[in-house]
Amino acid sequence: MSVIGGFIVSGLPHPLLCPDANPGYAALRRGYEAAREEISRLNPDVLLVYSTMWPSVIGHQLQADPAPKWTHVDELFHDLGSIPYTFRIDADLAHGWCAAGQERGLQLRTVSYHGFPIDTGSIVALKLLNPDNAVPAVICSSNVYADRSETIVLAKSAVDALEAQGKRAVAVCVMSLSNRLFTTFIDPSEDRIHSKKDEEWNAKLLQFFSEGRLEDVTQLSRQIQRQIRVRKVVSFKSLWWLSALMGAHNHYAGTVYGYAPVVGTGASVIGLIPASRSFGDREFDEDTVERFDGDRHILGGLEDPNL
Amino acid sequence: MSTGRIVAGCIAPHPPHLVYAENPPQNEPRAECGWETLRWAYERLRKDLDALDYDAIVILSPHWQTYIGTHFLGLPHFKSLSVDPVFPNLFRYHYDLNVDVELAEQICDAAAADGLVTKMMRNPDFRVDYGTLVSCHLTRPSWDKPIVSISSCRNLHYYNTDVMQAQAMALGRATRRAIEASGKRVVVIASQSLSHRHFTREADVPEDMSREHIYDHHQYLWDMKLIGMLKKGDTAGVLSLMPEFVEQAVAEADSGALSWLLSALEIPSYPAEVYGYGTIIGTGNAVVGWFPEQEAP
Repeated sequence: MSVIGGFIVSGLPHPLLCPDANPGYAALRRGYEAAREEISRLNPDVLLVYSTMWPSVIGHQLQADPAPKWTHVDELFHDLGSIPYTFRIDADLAHGWCAAGQERGLQLRTVSYHGFPIDTGSIVALKLLNPDNAVPAVICSSNVYADRSETIVLAKSAVDALEAQGKRAVAVCVMSLSNRLFTTFIDPSEDRIHSKKDEEWNAKLLQFFSEGRLEDVTQLSRQIQRQIRVRKVVSFKSLWWLSALMGAHNHYAGTVYGYAPVVGTGASVIGLIPASRSFGDREFDEDTVERFDGDRHILGGLEDPNL
Repeated sequence: MSTGRIVAGCIAPHPPHLVYAENPPQNEPRAECGWETLRWAYERLRKDLDALDYDAIVILSPHWQTYIGTHFLGLPHFKSLSVDPVFPNLFRYHYDLNVDVELAEQICDAAAADGLVTKMMRNPDFRVDYGTLVSCHLTRPSWDKPIVSISSCRNLHYYNTDVMQAQAMALGRATRRAIEASGKRVVVIASQSLSHRHFTREADVPEDMSREHIYDHHQYLWDMKLIGMLKKGDTAGVLSLMPEFVEQAVAEADSGALSWLLSALEIPSYPAEVYGYGTIIGTGNAVVGWFPEQEAP
């Protein structure tokens, strides 16, 4: 088994920068710390981070700078402070994942440039889950145009690379549940989930996750996108990535380490560890995909194989 | 009586490819050539701007994205390295710029007085967005004018194009009022492309112009429609068409930059100067200028 655990974490900076501003932020901080202990117990060779807060256009990008270092400031929550960081990246795995993805037809490339802007979500996740860089990481972008098939193949290519290099990974998916922020500044003491509808959907997702039903939730991705996601990108694909990476089933022990509103969004820390128990095998509506062949040729004859 | 005024308004697209192809000393990567029609368009814009006397540049960029209100750079000096998150192979730019904080605060206050949510950005470690850097570099490579950098409040994602446009136009009116009260002569810039659907693959040689073309004919027709209206002075029509344009052309006007600009210019009815049009990795881009003083009776 190449992927020995999966975690879903919010990427907003409040649990890192101002955990004491609100009991919910503090609870999330404790959730990150509990997840960190679980990751330590799993003792992976690498953390695979997929961040919804790192958008890309030219396919997907993989961070391959062995030791990126910078002082980051969030473009929205800049008043919460600066975040200095140095990370340890598994460049060999990044390059292996890149090659494996290209083999499956993906546009995938590595980036290794001093000063490359690692996104807030990845930084928050790595600072809180892996503060001493005990485990090297690979960070993957979220392509704004990608849909289900491309995302699933992206995950499968990561497994290809892990197996080729004989590494055991813990996956980290940086995402909110409901992602609607308040559009005015609020006092942290007044923070709450933006709407009752978002709250109810979040509760349903947390129930599924706690029951280990990752693939069941994943099959709802398009519905989740319609119901509780502000549509900044074409689809809600992070769970497609996580479930495909972990085997697309419901055989997990799920733990909700923390859940709280952060500026209106549903922020959570969730763990999914492969287990013998199962919520049952099902037939799902959407089939799995092995190779990505692009989407422009769907109009017929218009595909330029080079662009 | 104040003499503050907007002396020019511009659409200044910000694909980093244009700075890359110019090979300025601030940018680390080197190019052979590329996207000349747009770079020459910028040359002609710069020539016209150089003939003007102005004190500052006010720019709204889609690449400083704020989901809670509109933010303004609020420190006098920023110096750092900007690496484009999408095209890091093309844009690793060492910037050193000055901000007209007084004017930024005036615009921020005017917008707040009109009911908009605003915030000044005072963190010295903040990295200026590459949209601002590219458009300002190409408009004024000498960087000898202070700038006011305004974020893009992403109202479209939370509401719709109509709400986005209403708030962007309110911001435009506040911008104009603050500039007039400041006594300064200002160039205002909307940093944006027109149609904004990218190819998701890049040529091995990014500046290989044999590979550059619009993403599809549909996008091209929308770009020509918009440009035709701008050339005729029908900016009111452009604003009316904005919801369709944003949706159909995946237009970068979703940032509010164009609506803000046209509002700040009081919805000009005189023809815009279209310096040039070209595509960059499939997106449609035009360099456009308005010169209100030349049109004044």
